[in-house]
Amino acid sequence: MKGKNTLLHQYELFVDHNKLILAIILAVIILLFPFVIGSQYLLTVSVKIGSYVILAMGLNILTGYTGLVSLGHAGFVAIGAYTTSLLTVRYNVNFFIALLAGITLAGIVGILLGMPTLRVSGTYLSIITLGFGEIIKMIAMNWNAVTNGTLGIKNIPKPSIGGFSFTVSNYGLYYLMIFFVIVVSCFCLALVRSKTGRALMAIRTDELAATMMGINVTRYKILAFSLSAIFCALGGGLYATLIGYIDPNTFNFDVSTMILSIVILGGMGTLRGMFIGAIILIALPEVSRFLMEYRFVLYGVILVVMMRFRPQGILGWRSTMPFKLSKHVQNELNDTDLIHQTHVGELAYE
Amino acid sequence: MSDEEFILEVSALTKRFGGIVAVAGVNIKVKKGEVVSIIGPNGAGKTTVFNMLTGIYDVDEGTIRFKGKEIQNENPLHIVDAGISRTFQNIRLFGDLRVIENVMVGAHTKTDYGFFDSVFRTPKFKKEEDDKVLQAVKLLRSIGLDHRRDDYAANLPYGEQRKLEIARAIATGAELLLLDEPAAGMNPQESADLMNFIRSLKERGYTVLMIEHDMSVVMNVSDRIYVIDHGRPIADGLPEDIANNQVVIDAYLGGVRNDAQC
Repeated sequence: MKGKNTLLHQYELFVDHNKLILAIILAVIILLFPFVIGSQYLLTVSVKIGSYVILAMGLNILTGYTGLVSLGHAGFVAIGAYTTSLLTVRYNVNFFIALLAGITLAGIVGILLGMPTLRVSGTYLSIITLGFGEIIKMIAMNWNAVTNGTLGIKNIPKPSIGGFSFTVSNYGLYYLMIFFVIVVSCFCLALVRSKTGRALMAIRTDELAATMMGINVTRYKILAFSLSAIFCALGGGLYATLIGYIDPNTFNFDVSTMILSIVILGGMGTLRGMFIGAIILIALPEVSRFLMEYRFVLYGVILVVMMRFRPQGILGWRSTMPFKLSKHVQNELNDTDLIHQTHVGELAYE
Repeated sequence: MSDEEFILEVSALTKRFGGIVAVAGVNIKVKKGEVVSIIGPNGAGKTTVFNMLTGIYDVDEGTIRFKGKEIQNENPLHIVDAGISRTFQNIRLFGDLRVIENVMVGAHTKTDYGFFDSVFRTPKFKKEEDDKVLQAVKLLRSIGLDHRRDDYAANLPYGEQRKLEIARAIATGAELLLLDEPAAGMNPQESADLMNFIRSLKERGYTVLMIEHDMSVVMNVSDRIYVIDHGRPIADGLPEDIANNQVVIDAYLGGVRNDAQC
């Protein structure tokens, strides 16, 4: 391996050796955070960051791992948010069941949108998804009977189980968000480290070569599309209950670009990057309020500097650690070590 | 010879792009365990033949039989499944995946677990994944690439990238390997290594059909050779026959044809 002595390698070694301790420290910080902070405002921002982490993880499956750039994921966020909110407000459905309905609907829409559009790629796909995002916004704006048009939906209730209501003030919403972020992260990690993840990354690099390896490219692209729709809808549903009010403009093009910016800034095709990306891009407008309208200049400067000096994203490095072999594999290999070596022996695939 | 002996039988294969006939009436027969080469000047239509064999291009006329079954115009996925795998003239590895991961992508169709197995890390997932890692390491060892296991494929030197591409093709479980110019861009030492490697493939029972320009490789490892020029078959036979065939020499060196003299 190259770069044995680099700072990155030292860091990765350190993390690998102290996994348990670091995980415990991190867990304690996250769990105690609301008590230490004690500020409603900061807690609300934290929950918002959490929902954007979920959104970014969703888009990351599509853009980071499969290499398909979508400019319309606000559409899926809207589907999740509207379905969840409407079911809870109008029909008093439990939030979690409504959320499930929202992500299911988004998943189906993802498949339906994916089937015809994934035959095109690159810029063309981006334009189609851009159109999709606008269409969903227009539907939300004009389908008055269901979505209440431009007036939006007010008084979205907080999630509750058996009388316990998850709000910001009793920290419930914060822990609920942590729970969903962990679930989504674990799901993504499991997905990436499997044949599905490898297939997606193969498609990202070279579709033809992937096909020649027997990978059904269209099917995997639709899978990626639909999974990313599901996560964005999940993030959308949670976001809606956090802010308590949604209208069509909550889900405009800015949201799509914000999610994409998080993915790019953090590091496409990494999970760690989604956290840092969301923290920077969601917290930045809050901490830079004193800059007033110059905030967006700062935004632009950050992105330009990024593109110039670190196009792979802040945390977008390739691991320098060796490929992890399970205990079982290691034992098997040690047994056969004496027989095999590098000479030409019998082949494994026969 | 009876028909059953041939693992691959291509007859009267024809492909047109608009008015241009890229491949016209090519016949190729490959026996199990043979190393057969297709040679011909640049633009002769060799890679087009490969693209038809692997289902990337539709066949206009003719048939392709693999293990007795007609496979022309099949979906590429079915052809991989049937047991044909290929490498590319310009290396097409998954550069941002590790060497071992490239091999494991090759084993994709042989990796037998579903989406939910991977999400919930079921015992089936663990067993299959361990199996495939083990097989990949063994494969890499047997071809002398194990020391590169953790490297990213894009960082490998050229000769090793070629080798890895063949390893990836083997990992699909293929019986017939189509190698598109495996020695292209190699130095003499690397192509000598490659020759030994191809011979070792043959010893292990793989059937190899390859396109190659490096005559020392072609003449040394091929059991038989087919020559194509301007999409048409012009000769086939044993290496020594081809080397002395006047038509072939003319095609390569632009020999003076009688009909061109007036």
